[in-house]
Amino acid sequence: MPSLNHYLVLSAILFSIGTAGVFIRRNLITILLSIEIMLNAVNLTFVAFGRALGSADGQIIVFFVMTVAAAEAAVGLAIVIGLFRHRESLNPDMFTSLKW
Amino acid sequence: MIAFYALAAIAVVSSLLVIAQRNPIYSVLLLIASFGALSGLYVMLDAPFAAVIQIIVYAGAIMVLFLFVVMLLNAPHEETEHDLRLHPLMRAGPMGFGVVLAVVLVVELGLALGAGRASAFSAASTSSVRDIGRTLFTDYAFAFEVTSVLILVAMVGAVVLARRGSR
Repeated sequence: MPSLNHYLVLSAILFSIGTAGVFIRRNLITILLSIEIMLNAVNLTFVAFGRALGSADGQIIVFFVMTVAAAEAAVGLAIVIGLFRHRESLNPDMFTSLKW
Repeated sequence: MIAFYALAAIAVVSSLLVIAQRNPIYSVLLLIASFGALSGLYVMLDAPFAAVIQIIVYAGAIMVLFLFVVMLLNAPHEETEHDLRLHPLMRAGPMGFGVVLAVVLVVELGLALGAGRASAFSAASTSSVRDIGRTLFTDYAFAFEVTSVLILVAMVGAVVLARRGSR
């Protein structure tokens, strides 16, 4: 049987993959997808700890995380559509108007 | 154990391919495969509720939203020519820092996997959907209602942001 450590290590690997994706990709949609990978890694941690503690709270927090992720995806994609209309590009380096 | 390693391998490999793809459509489809593997892991963790909403909400709703936007924007490919020269993370400082962080992560993961007392899960199962629903509508009732307001605000915000026009 896999132990709690196995699930936590898998979650850490997935979270690192998501972080690397946010840093190295130059595409707004792929960056949002990497954020989803990170959220899923955290969900896996919550479920594994909830199982280890014998509590249902882990799954309830996963429910809330998914709801917030849905809201974040909706607003984020709306912003992406707006940005794409302005510049005809999805490269985040194109959107530096707020940089000083 | 074999099932765990198989599902974990699917999740990690498809996540790696998500950030390795040039075409965002392939990224979205591979991420759905990763979510399917995670759903199988939730089943192994005795969490059927989490497994089902992972498929329904994530793979069914959020990823379809992503796919819809990718197709709406006609999926522009990432330009790679100027990336390698101008990428701010390609300088020596950030590269060295990233290497240090990666080494620390690998060492810590090795220590975690080699830890002596691997705590196996207890046999008692407490995660029936009935318990989850009862807790959700008693202890977490306020958070649940606030979540509905959040969804409403996100919907209004998405409509306002994506509206063509008056601004």
